[in-house]
Amino acid sequence: MSAETDRRGWLKAAGASLATLWLAACDKLNGNAGVQRTLAKAEGLSLRTQRALQNRTALAREFGEADISPDFRANGSINPSDEDYRALAAGGFADWRLVVDGLVERPLSLSLDALRALPGRTQITRHDCVEGWSSIGKWTGARLGPLLDRAGLKPRARFIVLHCADSLEQTLDGTGRYYESIDLVDAYHPQTILAYDMNGAPLKVAHGAPLRLRVERQLGYKHAKYLMRLEAVEDFAGIGRGKGGFWEDRGYEWYAGI
Amino acid sequence: MSEKPPKPAKVLVYRHGLVTRITHWLNVVAISFLLLSGLQIFNAHPALYWGAKSTFAEPWLAMTAATKGKAIIGVTSLAGRKVETTGVLGYSGKAGREEARGFPAWATIPTFRSLADGRRWHFFFAWLFVANGLVYLFVAIFGGHLGRDLWPRKDQLSPRHVLHEIVTHAQLKFPKGEEARRYNVLQKGAYLGVILVLLPLMVGTGLTMSPGFNAVAPWMLDLFGGRQSARTIHFISASLIVLFILVHLAMVVLSGLWNNVRSMITGRYAIEVEGAGR
Repeated sequence: MSAETDRRGWLKAAGASLATLWLAACDKLNGNAGVQRTLAKAEGLSLRTQRALQNRTALAREFGEADISPDFRANGSINPSDEDYRALAAGGFADWRLVVDGLVERPLSLSLDALRALPGRTQITRHDCVEGWSSIGKWTGARLGPLLDRAGLKPRARFIVLHCADSLEQTLDGTGRYYESIDLVDAYHPQTILAYDMNGAPLKVAHGAPLRLRVERQLGYKHAKYLMRLEAVEDFAGIGRGKGGFWEDRGYEWYAGI
Repeated sequence: MSEKPPKPAKVLVYRHGLVTRITHWLNVVAISFLLLSGLQIFNAHPALYWGAKSTFAEPWLAMTAATKGKAIIGVTSLAGRKVETTGVLGYSGKAGREEARGFPAWATIPTFRSLADGRRWHFFFAWLFVANGLVYLFVAIFGGHLGRDLWPRKDQLSPRHVLHEIVTHAQLKFPKGEEARRYNVLQKGAYLGVILVLLPLMVGTGLTMSPGFNAVAPWMLDLFGGRQSARTIHFISASLIVLFILVHLAMVVLSGLWNNVRSMITGRYAIEVEGAGR
Protein backbone atom coordinates (compact mmCIF):
# COMPACT_ATOMS: atom_id res chain seq x y z
CA MET A 1 0.00 0.00 0.00
CA SER A 2 1.42 3.36 -1.00
CA ALA A 3 1.77 6.26 1.35
CA GLU A 4 -0.77 8.15 -0.76
CA THR A 5 -3.59 5.59 -0.32
CA ASP A 6 -2.63 5.30 3.34
CA ARG A 7 -3.03 9.02 3.73
CA ARG A 8 -6.27 9.04 1.83
CA GLY A 9 -7.67 6.23 3.98
CA TRP A 10 -6.66 8.09 7.11
CA LEU A 11 -8.22 11.32 5.92
CA LYS A 12 -11.43 9.51 5.03
CA ALA A 13 -11.63 7.85 8.44
CA ALA A 14 -10.87 11.16 10.19
CA GLY A 15 -13.50 12.92 8.11
CA ALA A 16 -16.11 10.27 8.86
CA SER A 17 -15.47 10.32 12.59
CA LEU A 18 -15.54 14.14 12.65
CA ALA A 19 -18.89 14.05 10.86
CA THR A 20 -20.23 11.47 13.33
CA LEU A 21 -19.05 13.60 16.24
CA TRP A 22 -20.64 16.73 14.75
CA LEU A 23 -23.98 14.95 14.25
CA ALA A 24 -23.91 13.49 17.75
CA ALA A 25 -23.11 16.97 19.09
CA CYS A 26 -26.07 18.44 17.18
CA ASP A 27 -28.48 15.86 18.61
CA LYS A 28 -27.04 16.41 22.07
CA LEU A 29 -27.55 20.17 21.75
CA ASN A 30 -31.06 19.53 20.48
CA GLY A 31 -31.82 17.43 23.57
CA ASN A 32 -30.44 20.01 26.01
CA ALA A 33 -33.19 21.75 27.98
CA GLY A 34 -31.26 25.02 28.30
CA VAL A 35 -30.59 25.16 24.56
CA GLN A 36 -34.26 24.47 23.86
CA ARG A 37 -35.35 27.23 26.27
CA THR A 38 -33.05 29.68 24.49
CA LEU A 39 -34.26 28.65 21.02
CA ALA A 40 -37.88 28.97 22.15
CA LYS A 41 -37.33 32.66 22.97
CA ALA A 42 -37.52 33.43 19.26
CA GLU A 43 -41.25 32.62 19.34
CA GLY A 44 -42.04 35.55 21.64
CA LEU A 45 -39.94 37.83 19.44
CA SER A 46 -41.79 36.68 16.31
CA LEU A 47 -45.18 37.15 17.98
CA ARG A 48 -44.41 40.61 19.33
CA THR A 49 -42.83 41.78 16.07
CA GLN A 50 -45.64 40.52 13.87
CA ARG A 51 -48.28 41.98 16.18
CA ALA A 52 -46.44 45.32 16.19
CA LEU A 53 -46.27 45.41 12.38
CA GLN A 54 -49.75 43.98 11.78
CA ASN A 55 -52.82 46.12 11.84
CA ARG A 56 -55.22 44.24 14.16
CA THR A 57 -57.69 43.89 11.34
CA ALA A 58 -55.18 43.46 8.48
CA LEU A 59 -56.67 40.73 6.31
CA ALA A 60 -55.17 37.54 5.00
CA ARG A 61 -55.11 37.40 1.19
CA GLU A 62 -58.44 36.39 -0.34
CA PHE A 63 -58.65 34.60 -3.68
CA GLY A 64 -61.14 34.06 -6.49
CA GLU A 65 -63.32 31.01 -7.23
CA ALA A 66 -60.89 29.94 -9.95
CA ASP A 67 -58.09 29.61 -7.40
CA ILE A 68 -59.88 27.01 -5.23
CA SER A 69 -57.82 23.81 -4.86
CA PRO A 70 -59.43 20.76 -6.45
CA ASP A 71 -57.14 18.67 -4.21
CA PHE A 72 -57.49 20.39 -0.80
CA ARG A 73 -55.57 18.12 1.53
CA ALA A 74 -57.08 16.91 4.82
CA ASN A 75 -54.58 16.44 7.64
CA GLY A 76 -54.54 15.40 11.32
CA SER A 77 -57.74 13.52 12.21
CA ILE A 78 -59.67 12.80 9.04
CA ASN A 79 -62.23 10.35 10.41
CA PRO A 80 -62.45 10.48 14.23
CA SER A 81 -63.16 7.14 15.88
CA ASP A 82 -64.29 8.69 19.20
CA GLU A 83 -67.65 7.10 20.08
CA ASP A 84 -69.48 10.30 20.96
CA TYR A 85 -68.44 11.84 17.67
CA ARG A 86 -69.47 8.75 15.70
CA ALA A 87 -72.93 8.91 17.29
CA LEU A 88 -73.32 12.60 16.42
CA ALA A 89 -72.15 12.01 12.86
CA ALA A 90 -74.56 9.07 12.47
CA GLY A 91 -77.41 11.44 13.35
CA GLY A 92 -76.30 14.01 10.79
CA PHE A 93 -75.16 16.26 13.66
CA ALA A 94 -78.81 17.04 14.53
CA ASP A 95 -77.99 16.50 18.22
CA TRP A 96 -74.69 18.33 18.04
CA ARG A 97 -74.41 21.59 20.02
CA LEU A 98 -71.61 24.08 20.33
CA VAL A 99 -71.13 25.02 23.97
CA VAL A 100 -69.72 28.46 24.75
CA ASP A 101 -68.75 28.79 28.40
CA GLY A 102 -65.93 29.61 30.80
CA LEU A 103 -65.45 33.29 31.60
CA VAL A 104 -68.65 34.47 29.93
CA GLU A 105 -71.73 36.24 31.28
CA ARG A 106 -74.21 34.11 29.32
CA PRO A 107 -73.12 30.54 28.49
CA LEU A 108 -74.52 29.39 25.15
CA SER A 109 -75.46 26.10 23.56
CA LEU A 110 -75.94 26.49 19.82
CA SER A 111 -77.24 24.12 17.16
CA LEU A 112 -75.95 24.26 13.59
CA ASP A 113 -79.09 26.09 12.53
CA ALA A 114 -78.58 28.66 15.26
CA LEU A 115 -74.98 29.17 14.08
CA ARG A 116 -76.12 29.60 10.49
CA ALA A 117 -78.47 32.36 11.65
CA LEU A 118 -75.61 34.34 13.24
CA PRO A 119 -73.68 37.12 11.45
CA GLY A 120 -71.52 35.23 8.96
CA ARG A 121 -68.79 35.64 6.40
CA THR A 122 -67.64 33.84 3.27
CA GLN A 123 -63.96 33.93 2.30
CA ILE A 124 -61.68 32.17 -0.16
CA THR A 125 -58.37 31.80 1.62
CA ARG A 126 -55.14 29.84 1.60
CA HIS A 127 -54.62 27.12 4.19
CA ASP A 128 -50.92 26.76 5.06
CA CYS A 129 -49.88 23.53 6.74
CA VAL A 130 -46.92 23.65 9.09
CA GLU A 131 -45.43 20.92 6.88
CA GLY A 132 -45.05 23.44 4.08
CA TRP A 133 -47.91 22.85 1.63
CA SER A 134 -50.84 25.17 0.86
CA SER A 135 -54.39 24.60 -0.40
CA ILE A 136 -57.07 27.17 -1.21
CA GLY A 137 -60.69 26.76 -0.10
CA LYS A 138 -63.91 28.73 0.26
CA TRP A 139 -65.22 28.94 3.79
CA THR A 140 -68.55 30.15 5.16
CA GLY A 141 -69.12 30.48 8.87
CA ALA A 142 -70.26 32.49 11.84
CA ARG A 143 -67.94 35.32 12.82
CA LEU A 144 -66.40 34.52 16.19
CA GLY A 145 -66.29 38.14 17.46
CA PRO A 146 -70.07 38.82 17.45
CA LEU A 147 -70.68 35.35 18.89
CA LEU A 148 -68.36 36.08 21.81
CA ASP A 149 -70.09 39.43 22.33
CA ARG A 150 -73.38 37.59 22.53
CA ALA A 151 -72.02 35.38 25.28
CA GLY A 152 -70.41 38.43 26.91
CA LEU A 153 -66.75 37.92 27.82
CA LYS A 154 -65.85 38.65 31.42
CA PRO A 155 -63.01 41.17 31.83
CA ARG A 156 -60.59 38.44 32.97
CA ALA A 157 -60.96 36.44 29.75
CA ARG A 158 -57.78 36.52 27.63
CA PHE A 159 -57.92 33.39 25.49
CA ILE A 160 -60.54 31.28 23.76
CA VAL A 161 -59.85 27.55 24.10
CA LEU A 162 -61.37 25.40 21.37
CA HIS A 163 -62.22 21.88 22.55
CA CYS A 164 -62.58 19.26 19.83
CA ALA A 165 -64.28 15.87 19.46
CA ASP A 166 -61.28 13.98 18.02
CA SER A 167 -58.43 12.18 19.76
CA LEU A 168 -55.38 12.45 17.53
CA GLU A 169 -53.41 10.31 19.95
CA GLN A 170 -54.70 7.58 22.29
CA THR A 171 -53.68 8.41 25.86
CA LEU A 172 -54.90 7.24 29.26
CA ASP A 173 -55.25 10.74 30.71
CA GLY A 174 -57.18 12.25 27.82
CA THR A 175 -54.36 14.55 26.70
CA GLY A 176 -54.58 13.03 23.22
CA ARG A 177 -57.81 14.94 22.61
CA TYR A 178 -57.34 17.78 20.10
CA TYR A 179 -57.70 21.33 21.34
CA GLU A 180 -56.38 24.75 20.43
CA SER A 181 -56.35 28.28 21.79
CA ILE A 182 -56.20 31.77 20.36
CA ASP A 183 -55.99 35.18 21.99
CA LEU A 184 -58.62 37.89 21.69
CA VAL A 185 -56.79 39.73 18.90
CA ASP A 186 -57.29 36.72 16.65
CA ALA A 187 -60.71 35.86 18.10
CA TYR A 188 -62.06 39.28 17.08
CA HIS A 189 -60.27 39.42 13.70
CA PRO A 190 -62.88 39.92 10.94
CA GLN A 191 -61.78 36.77 9.09
CA THR A 192 -61.91 34.55 12.18
CA ILE A 193 -64.99 32.39 11.65
CA LEU A 194 -66.50 29.12 12.82
CA ALA A 195 -66.90 27.49 9.43
CA TYR A 196 -69.80 25.15 8.66
CA ASP A 197 -69.49 25.24 4.84
CA MET A 198 -66.52 24.51 2.63
CA ASN A 199 -66.60 25.25 -1.10
CA GLY A 200 -70.36 25.87 -0.92
CA ALA A 201 -71.31 22.58 0.75
CA PRO A 202 -71.59 21.49 4.40
CA LEU A 203 -68.16 20.70 5.83
CA LYS A 204 -67.09 17.09 5.19
CA VAL A 205 -65.92 14.86 8.02
CA ALA A 206 -62.32 14.89 6.73
CA HIS A 207 -62.28 18.69 7.01
CA GLY A 208 -63.83 18.91 10.48
CA ALA A 209 -67.62 18.46 10.26
CA PRO A 210 -69.76 19.94 11.55
CA LEU A 211 -67.71 23.01 12.55
CA ARG A 212 -64.08 24.14 12.39
CA LEU A 213 -62.17 27.29 13.19
CA ARG A 214 -60.64 29.49 10.50
CA VAL A 215 -57.97 31.81 11.89
CA GLU A 216 -56.45 32.92 8.61
CA ARG A 217 -53.24 34.59 9.73
CA GLN A 218 -51.90 31.41 11.32
CA LEU A 219 -50.84 27.92 10.20
CA GLY A 220 -53.18 24.97 9.72
CA TYR A 221 -52.85 23.33 13.13
CA LYS A 222 -54.51 26.36 14.78
CA HIS A 223 -57.63 25.79 12.64
CA ALA A 224 -59.22 23.30 15.06
CA LYS A 225 -61.69 20.84 13.52
CA TYR A 226 -64.68 18.95 15.04
CA LEU A 227 -65.46 21.81 17.44
CA MET A 228 -67.52 20.94 20.54
CA ARG A 229 -66.92 23.71 23.01
CA LEU A 230 -65.42 27.18 23.23
CA GLU A 231 -64.12 28.09 26.65
CA ALA A 232 -63.08 31.63 27.58
CA VAL A 233 -60.14 31.45 30.00
CA GLU A 234 -57.62 33.68 31.72
CA ASP A 235 -54.80 31.23 30.98
CA PHE A 236 -54.56 27.71 29.58
CA ALA A 237 -51.95 26.23 31.93
CA GLY A 238 -54.46 23.78 33.40
CA ILE A 239 -55.74 22.45 30.08
CA GLY A 240 -54.19 19.42 28.33
CA ARG A 241 -50.47 19.54 29.01
CA GLY A 242 -50.64 23.27 29.50
CA LYS A 243 -49.15 24.69 26.29
CA GLY A 244 -52.39 25.82 24.68
CA GLY A 245 -52.95 23.11 22.10
CA PHE A 246 -52.45 19.51 21.01
CA TRP A 247 -49.41 20.29 18.85
CA GLU A 248 -48.16 22.97 21.23
CA ASP A 249 -48.07 20.24 23.92
CA ARG A 250 -45.85 18.31 21.51
CA GLY A 251 -43.28 21.03 20.87
CA TYR A 252 -44.85 23.31 18.26
CA GLU A 253 -45.15 27.06 18.76
CA TRP A 254 -48.32 28.49 20.27
CA TYR A 255 -48.00 31.41 17.88
CA ALA A 256 -48.21 29.87 14.43
CA GLY A 257 -48.17 33.04 12.36
CA ILE A 258 -44.78 32.06 10.96
CA MET B 1 21.40 28.28 0.53
CA SER B 2 22.66 31.29 -1.37
CA GLU B 3 21.57 29.67 -4.69
CA LYS B 4 17.92 30.29 -3.87
CA PRO B 5 16.26 33.25 -5.60
CA PRO B 6 15.52 36.08 -3.20
CA LYS B 7 12.26 35.52 -1.35
CA PRO B 8 9.55 38.04 -2.19
CA ALA B 9 8.84 40.27 0.77
CA LYS B 10 5.65 39.70 2.67
CA VAL B 11 3.69 42.74 3.66
CA LEU B 12 0.83 42.50 6.12
CA VAL B 13 -2.07 44.66 5.09
CA TYR B 14 -5.15 45.38 7.18
CA ARG B 15 -7.84 43.72 5.11
CA HIS B 16 -10.97 43.05 7.19
CA GLY B 17 -12.50 45.50 9.65
CA LEU B 18 -13.67 44.29 13.06
CA VAL B 19 -17.37 44.40 12.16
CA THR B 20 -16.74 42.44 8.95
CA ARG B 21 -14.87 39.77 10.90
CA ILE B 22 -17.44 39.42 13.71
CA THR B 23 -20.44 39.40 11.37
CA HIS B 24 -18.67 36.91 9.09
CA TRP B 25 -18.23 34.32 11.84
CA LEU B 26 -21.72 34.90 13.29
CA ASN B 27 -22.99 34.33 9.77
CA VAL B 28 -21.07 31.05 9.57
CA VAL B 29 -22.84 29.84 12.71
CA ALA B 30 -26.27 31.17 11.72
CA ILE B 31 -26.20 29.89 8.14
CA SER B 32 -24.94 26.46 9.21
CA PHE B 33 -27.87 25.98 11.57
CA LEU B 34 -30.32 27.60 9.12
CA LEU B 35 -29.30 25.11 6.42
CA LEU B 36 -29.51 22.05 8.66
CA SER B 37 -32.82 23.08 10.20
CA GLY B 38 -34.14 24.25 6.82
CA LEU B 39 -33.62 20.77 5.39
CA GLN B 40 -35.36 19.32 8.47
CA ILE B 41 -38.36 21.56 7.71
CA PHE B 42 -38.20 20.71 4.00
CA ASN B 43 -38.33 17.00 4.91
CA ALA B 44 -41.79 17.47 6.47
CA HIS B 45 -43.09 17.83 2.90
CA PRO B 46 -40.25 17.13 0.47
CA ALA B 47 -41.92 18.59 -2.59
CA LEU B 48 -41.92 22.02 -4.25
CA TYR B 49 -44.54 23.84 -6.30
CA TRP B 50 -45.03 27.09 -8.18
CA GLY B 51 -47.84 29.57 -7.50
CA ALA B 52 -50.04 30.28 -4.49
CA LYS B 53 -51.04 26.69 -3.72
CA SER B 54 -49.68 23.15 -3.86
CA THR B 55 -50.63 21.09 -6.88
CA PHE B 56 -50.02 17.78 -5.17
CA ALA B 57 -50.01 15.64 -8.31
CA GLU B 58 -47.49 17.86 -10.07
CA PRO B 59 -44.65 19.09 -7.88
CA TRP B 60 -41.71 20.34 -9.94
CA LEU B 61 -39.37 18.73 -7.42
CA ALA B 62 -40.17 15.81 -5.12
CA MET B 63 -38.26 13.26 -3.09
CA THR B 64 -40.14 10.06 -2.36
CA ALA B 65 -39.65 6.40 -1.49
CA ALA B 66 -40.91 3.82 -3.98
CA THR B 67 -40.75 0.07 -4.42
CA LYS B 68 -38.63 -1.60 -7.07
CA GLY B 69 -39.24 -5.32 -7.03
CA LYS B 70 -38.80 -6.25 -3.38
CA ALA B 71 -36.51 -3.34 -2.57
CA ILE B 72 -37.44 0.16 -1.43
CA ILE B 73 -35.67 2.88 -3.33
CA GLY B 74 -35.38 6.65 -3.06
CA VAL B 75 -36.67 8.55 -6.07
CA THR B 76 -36.10 12.21 -6.86
CA SER B 77 -38.31 13.66 -9.56
CA LEU B 78 -37.36 16.91 -11.20
CA ALA B 79 -39.75 18.48 -13.72
CA GLY B 80 -41.28 15.07 -14.42
CA ARG B 81 -37.99 13.19 -14.82
CA LYS B 82 -37.30 10.53 -12.18
CA VAL B 83 -33.84 9.67 -10.90
CA GLU B 84 -32.97 6.92 -8.41
CA THR B 85 -31.30 8.52 -5.39
CA THR B 86 -31.43 5.72 -2.80
CA GLY B 87 -29.22 6.35 0.22
CA VAL B 88 -29.18 10.13 -0.24
CA LEU B 89 -32.54 11.59 -1.31
CA GLY B 90 -35.97 10.04 -0.74
CA TYR B 91 -34.86 6.95 1.17
CA SER B 92 -31.82 6.73 3.42
CA GLY B 93 -30.46 5.69 6.80
CA LYS B 94 -28.12 3.24 8.49
CA ALA B 95 -28.23 -0.34 7.18
CA GLY B 96 -31.41 -2.00 8.42
CA ARG B 97 -32.82 1.31 9.65
CA GLU B 98 -33.49 3.11 6.38
CA GLU B 99 -36.55 5.33 6.20
CA ALA B 100 -38.43 7.50 3.74
CA ARG B 101 -37.05 11.02 4.13
CA GLY B 102 -36.15 13.86 1.75
CA PHE B 103 -32.63 14.71 2.82
CA PRO B 104 -30.52 12.22 4.83
CA ALA B 105 -29.89 12.33 8.59
CA TRP B 106 -26.46 13.93 8.24
CA ALA B 107 -27.99 16.97 6.52
CA THR B 108 -30.59 17.83 9.18
CA ILE B 109 -30.76 19.04 12.75
CA PRO B 110 -31.77 17.07 14.70
CA THR B 111 -30.68 14.00 12.71
CA PHE B 112 -34.01 12.30 13.47
CA ARG B 113 -37.28 13.57 12.10
CA SER B 114 -38.69 16.46 14.17
CA LEU B 115 -40.39 19.34 12.42
CA ALA B 116 -41.06 21.11 15.74
CA ASP B 117 -37.36 21.08 16.68
CA GLY B 118 -36.33 22.08 13.16
CA ARG B 119 -38.63 25.11 13.27
CA ARG B 120 -37.31 26.21 16.66
CA TRP B 121 -33.68 26.09 15.44
CA HIS B 122 -34.63 27.80 12.18
CA PHE B 123 -36.48 30.77 13.62
CA PHE B 124 -33.95 31.38 16.39
CA PHE B 125 -31.07 31.54 13.91
CA ALA B 126 -33.21 33.45 11.42
CA TRP B 127 -33.45 36.25 13.97
CA LEU B 128 -29.70 36.13 14.61
CA PHE B 129 -29.05 36.10 10.86
CA VAL B 130 -31.30 39.13 10.24
CA ALA B 131 -29.87 41.16 13.14
CA ASN B 132 -26.32 40.29 12.10
CA GLY B 133 -27.07 41.13 8.47
CA LEU B 134 -28.56 44.50 9.37
CA VAL B 135 -25.49 45.43 11.44
CA TYR B 136 -23.22 44.37 8.58
CA LEU B 137 -25.18 46.26 5.92
CA PHE B 138 -25.39 49.40 8.05
CA VAL B 139 -21.65 49.46 8.64
CA ALA B 140 -20.78 48.34 5.10
CA ILE B 141 -22.91 51.02 3.48
CA PHE B 142 -22.23 53.96 5.81
CA GLY B 143 -18.70 52.96 6.76
CA GLY B 144 -17.66 52.82 3.12
CA HIS B 145 -16.67 49.12 3.01
CA LEU B 146 -19.22 48.39 0.30
CA GLY B 147 -18.21 51.23 -2.00
CA ARG B 148 -14.49 51.04 -1.28
CA ASP B 149 -13.76 47.32 -1.14
CA LEU B 150 -16.65 45.49 -2.78
CA TRP B 151 -17.86 47.68 -5.64
CA PRO B 152 -15.91 46.83 -8.83
CA ARG B 153 -13.65 49.59 -10.16
CA LYS B 154 -14.04 50.74 -13.74
CA ASP B 155 -10.79 49.12 -14.87
CA GLN B 156 -11.97 45.80 -13.39
CA LEU B 157 -15.12 45.80 -15.47
CA SER B 158 -13.48 45.85 -18.90
CA PRO B 159 -14.28 42.63 -20.77
CA ARG B 160 -10.56 42.08 -21.25
CA HIS B 161 -9.88 42.23 -17.52
CA VAL B 162 -12.85 40.01 -16.64
CA LEU B 163 -11.77 37.43 -19.21
CA HIS B 164 -8.23 37.55 -17.88
CA GLU B 165 -9.50 36.94 -14.34
CA ILE B 166 -11.61 33.99 -15.47
CA VAL B 167 -8.66 32.40 -17.27
CA THR B 168 -6.21 32.89 -14.41
CA HIS B 169 -8.76 31.61 -11.87
CA ALA B 170 -9.32 28.52 -13.99
CA GLN B 171 -5.55 27.99 -13.87
CA LEU B 172 -5.70 28.53 -10.08
CA LYS B 173 -3.33 31.47 -10.34
CA PHE B 174 -4.29 34.21 -7.96
CA PRO B 175 -3.37 37.90 -8.05
CA LYS B 176 -0.10 38.81 -6.37
CA GLY B 177 1.58 42.03 -5.36
CA GLU B 178 -0.36 45.26 -5.76
CA GLU B 179 -3.35 43.47 -7.38
CA ALA B 180 -3.72 41.37 -4.22
CA ARG B 181 -4.41 44.48 -2.19
CA ARG B 182 -7.94 44.56 -3.53
CA TYR B 183 -10.56 41.92 -4.24
CA ASN B 184 -10.50 40.69 -7.81
CA VAL B 185 -13.57 41.27 -9.95
CA LEU B 186 -14.90 37.69 -9.74
CA GLN B 187 -14.60 37.81 -5.97
CA LYS B 188 -16.44 41.14 -5.87
CA GLY B 189 -19.18 39.80 -8.11
CA ALA B 190 -19.63 36.69 -5.96
CA TYR B 191 -19.64 38.62 -2.67
CA LEU B 192 -22.03 41.30 -3.94
CA GLY B 193 -24.33 38.66 -5.41
CA VAL B 194 -24.53 36.85 -2.10
CA ILE B 195 -24.72 39.95 0.12
CA LEU B 196 -27.15 42.01 -1.95
CA VAL B 197 -29.17 39.35 -3.77
CA LEU B 198 -29.16 35.84 -2.29
CA LEU B 199 -29.15 36.61 1.44
CA PRO B 200 -31.90 39.30 1.22
CA LEU B 201 -33.84 36.91 -1.04
CA MET B 202 -33.68 34.27 1.71
CA VAL B 203 -35.20 36.70 4.22
CA GLY B 204 -37.81 37.98 1.76
CA THR B 205 -39.00 34.56 0.61
CA GLY B 206 -38.86 33.26 4.19
CA LEU B 207 -41.13 36.05 5.40
CA THR B 208 -43.48 35.48 2.46
CA MET B 209 -44.11 31.93 3.71
CA SER B 210 -45.44 33.38 7.00
CA PRO B 211 -49.24 33.78 6.95
CA GLY B 212 -48.91 36.41 9.68
CA PHE B 213 -46.45 38.43 7.65
CA ASN B 214 -48.63 38.07 4.53
CA ALA B 215 -51.20 40.24 6.31
CA VAL B 216 -48.47 42.85 6.94
CA ALA B 217 -47.01 42.88 3.42
CA PRO B 218 -49.37 41.24 0.92
CA TRP B 219 -47.38 42.77 -1.95
CA MET B 220 -44.58 40.31 -1.22
CA LEU B 221 -46.87 37.47 -2.30
CA ASP B 222 -47.19 39.19 -5.69
CA LEU B 223 -43.47 39.92 -5.84
CA PHE B 224 -42.54 36.24 -5.48
CA GLY B 225 -45.55 34.79 -7.28
CA GLY B 226 -47.35 33.25 -4.29
CA ARG B 227 -46.48 31.33 -1.14
CA GLN B 228 -45.45 28.09 -2.84
CA SER B 229 -43.31 30.03 -5.31
CA ALA B 230 -41.67 31.77 -2.36
CA ARG B 231 -40.92 28.34 -0.87
CA THR B 232 -39.39 27.26 -4.18
CA ILE B 233 -37.25 30.41 -4.47
CA HIS B 234 -36.21 29.97 -0.82
CA PHE B 235 -34.96 26.46 -1.68
CA ILE B 236 -33.17 27.47 -4.90
CA SER B 237 -31.60 30.49 -3.27
CA ALA B 238 -30.37 28.30 -0.37
CA SER B 239 -28.91 25.86 -2.91
CA LEU B 240 -27.03 28.71 -4.58
CA ILE B 241 -25.70 29.79 -1.19
CA VAL B 242 -24.43 26.24 -0.61
CA LEU B 243 -22.76 26.40 -4.02
CA PHE B 244 -21.17 29.73 -3.09
CA ILE B 245 -19.92 28.30 0.21
CA LEU B 246 -18.33 25.31 -1.56
CA VAL B 247 -16.53 27.53 -4.09
CA HIS B 248 -15.63 30.03 -1.34
CA LEU B 249 -14.07 27.27 0.81
CA ALA B 250 -12.19 25.85 -2.18
CA MET B 251 -10.80 29.30 -2.98
CA VAL B 252 -9.83 29.88 0.64
CA VAL B 253 -7.85 26.63 0.66
CA LEU B 254 -6.28 27.11 -2.79
CA SER B 255 -5.25 30.73 -2.33
CA GLY B 256 -3.58 30.23 1.05
CA LEU B 257 -5.60 28.68 3.85
CA TRP B 258 -3.73 30.13 6.83
CA ASN B 259 -3.37 33.60 5.36
CA ASN B 260 -7.08 33.77 4.57
CA VAL B 261 -8.22 32.38 7.92
CA ARG B 262 -5.87 34.70 9.80
CA SER B 263 -7.14 37.72 7.89
CA MET B 264 -10.71 36.89 8.89
CA ILE B 265 -9.61 36.56 12.55
CA THR B 266 -6.98 39.26 13.10
CA GLY B 267 -7.75 41.34 10.03
CA ARG B 268 -4.15 41.08 8.72
CA TYR B 269 -3.57 39.64 5.26
CA ALA B 270 -0.13 38.99 3.85
CA ILE B 271 0.65 39.98 0.30
CA GLU B 272 3.87 39.26 -1.51
CA VAL B 273 5.62 42.26 -2.97
CA GLU B 274 7.94 40.87 -5.62
CA GLY B 275 11.42 42.17 -6.21
CA ALA B 276 11.56 43.87 -2.84
CA GLY B 277 13.45 41.07 -1.10
CA ARG B 278 14.94 41.81 2.26
